[in-house]
Order: sequence, then C-alpha cells, then structure tokens
Amino acid sequence: MEELIIAGKKYKSRLILGTGKYKDFKQTADAIHKAEVDIVTVAVRRVNITNTKEPMLVDFLDPKKITYLPNTAGCFNSEEALRTLRLARDAGGWNLVKLEVLADKETLYPNMLETLVALKVLKKEKFEVMVYCSDDPLLCKQLEDLGAAAIMPLGSLIGSGQGIQNKLNISIIKKNAKVPVIVDAGIGCASDASIAMELGCDGVLINTAVAEAKDPILMAEAMKFAVVAGRKSFLAGRMLKKNIANPSSPVNGLIS
Amino acid sequence: MIQIQLNGKPYKIDEKMSVSDLLSKLSLTEKKVAVEINEEILPRENYNKKILSVKDKVEIVHFIGGG
Repeated sequence: MEELIIAGKKYKSRLILGTGKYKDFKQTADAIHKAEVDIVTVAVRRVNITNTKEPMLVDFLDPKKITYLPNTAGCFNSEEALRTLRLARDAGGWNLVKLEVLADKETLYPNMLETLVALKVLKKEKFEVMVYCSDDPLLCKQLEDLGAAAIMPLGSLIGSGQGIQNKLNISIIKKNAKVPVIVDAGIGCASDASIAMELGCDGVLINTAVAEAKDPILMAEAMKFAVVAGRKSFLAGRMLKKNIANPSSPVNGLIS
Repeated sequence: MIQIQLNGKPYKIDEKMSVSDLLSKLSLTEKKVAVEINEEILPRENYNKKILSVKDKVEIVHFIGGG
C-alpha cells in the first residue's frame, strides 16, 4: 500500500493506535505490535513520586522504533494544552504532537476556539500539529490554513464506539483537504474503520475499540486488516449503485 | 533541608541540590522524563547546573498510556 505522509515523514501503516485503557503495558505492547502500527498516541502525566520503580510505557514500547504522538487529552484550554506539549517535546525530543482541547467532560467534544488559539502558538514554536477537531468542514479548512499537519475530525464522541455519524461531513472535509485527514474517535469495530477509509480518509486513530474489546490483541489485528481493506476498496473505486438487479452470471446458454 | 513543591506536594530536599541530584535520588532516568520549574521547561542540558531553591515548584512528567 502507498505510504501515509505526515509533516514530510512516511509511515507504512494508516492505523494509529492509542495506548490508554489496556489491562497493563504488556497487553498494550502486544496489541500495538499485532496491529503493526507506526504511530501510537501517548499522554503526558506526572511521575508517581511515591513509587518511581513502577514500570513505564517506554520500557514496553520503544520510542526509537515506534513514533510517540503525545496528546493533550484532559486539557480544557489552550494554556494547559501548550504547557503539556512543550513538556512532551522536551521529554521526547520530537515535534510531532496531537492537539486536543476539550470543551466539556460530558461529551469530550473539542473546543474549537481554544484549539485554533493553541494551534497558532504551536506553529510559531515550530511544532508539527495533528489536530483533533469537530467534523465541521469550515473549521477543518481553517485548521489547514493555520498549518495543521493533519486534520483529525471525530467520527463520534471519544470512547463512544458509535462509528461515523456524519459520513457526508467527513467526505467534504477530505475533499477540501490537502493535508491528511484521519478519523479520530468513535470507531467501534472493524467495519467502522473500513468505512472511514472508504470515505477516502488517510487514516484512522483508534483506542477504546481495541482496548475494550474482549480480546484486544485480536481486535488490534482486525483493525489492521480493516484499514487495509478500506483503503484498497477506496482506491479500487466502488461500483455504481443501481436500483434494479443485474445478474452476475451470463443469461445466454441457459439449459431450458 | 529546604522545602520545594514536587508534583503538587511539599517535598524536602538537601540544600544546593541540582535537578540531576533530585532525579537520581528519585531513581528516575533523565532520558525518560521532562522537568518544569515554576512553569518553565528546564532543558535537559541544564539538569546538572540548575540548583533548586526554596519554594520552587517542580513538575516531573513522563509518557503514559493515552488515546
């Protein structure tokens, strides 16, 4: 499959996995490896000072082999998000980050006004920013104009598993965009991931659908295939929909 | 001994302790964390030089699982 290019860097996989909500770091790493992803999202949090011997994510997933995409999950204004990403850049030493400024705890819907403010500052500070956003085509265009490295509209609410609720908007966003469009949030099962890819999206970002599956490792593998299948289906170009039947077998030479 | 704020809680350290000293006292690997002092990032090349003072607000963060 052709490679996904984000901020000038090539990635083989079009699937990005989150690393939250797994039973433990071993399961996280097993799922990530099974899905053969190149990018994982990570959060930035305080070290537990009372037990600094407890295992760390970096001991299970090597940031030299897999791209860590630090997020700003849990930030409700641009200041918190900026502080988090500056720390993340220092901890990791790379510029590619995921900006996610939330509006409220009930919906975890993106606060687009604060997101735009933060994006402007991050661009000035030479970050490459993948932006979690609403599925509003105009706002998505604005993000691109401000220099977003990728646009990441929600399919449905974070962690809801409700799939892609507004396919039309997602396709408009994709049609307008010159940077990659990655559906972030809402994917519930493999077919949802395929639908995102069939809409022409460049990738999908999934966490809960894998981490909360009965068998996360198997679901990770399913998502890998779903993304590949959806992408190939998109590239192949679907048949035209018809309102009447059209036999697949020749009508000539029937025994009668 | 002096008192600093470490990850939101009061914490006592010896006087003239550098950030490197603090990290090794906590058994933390420098490469795996980032440090902020009084809401300003401390670049890791300064961990050795930076001596902590009374009431410094120190944040030590790392990467954890997240979506």
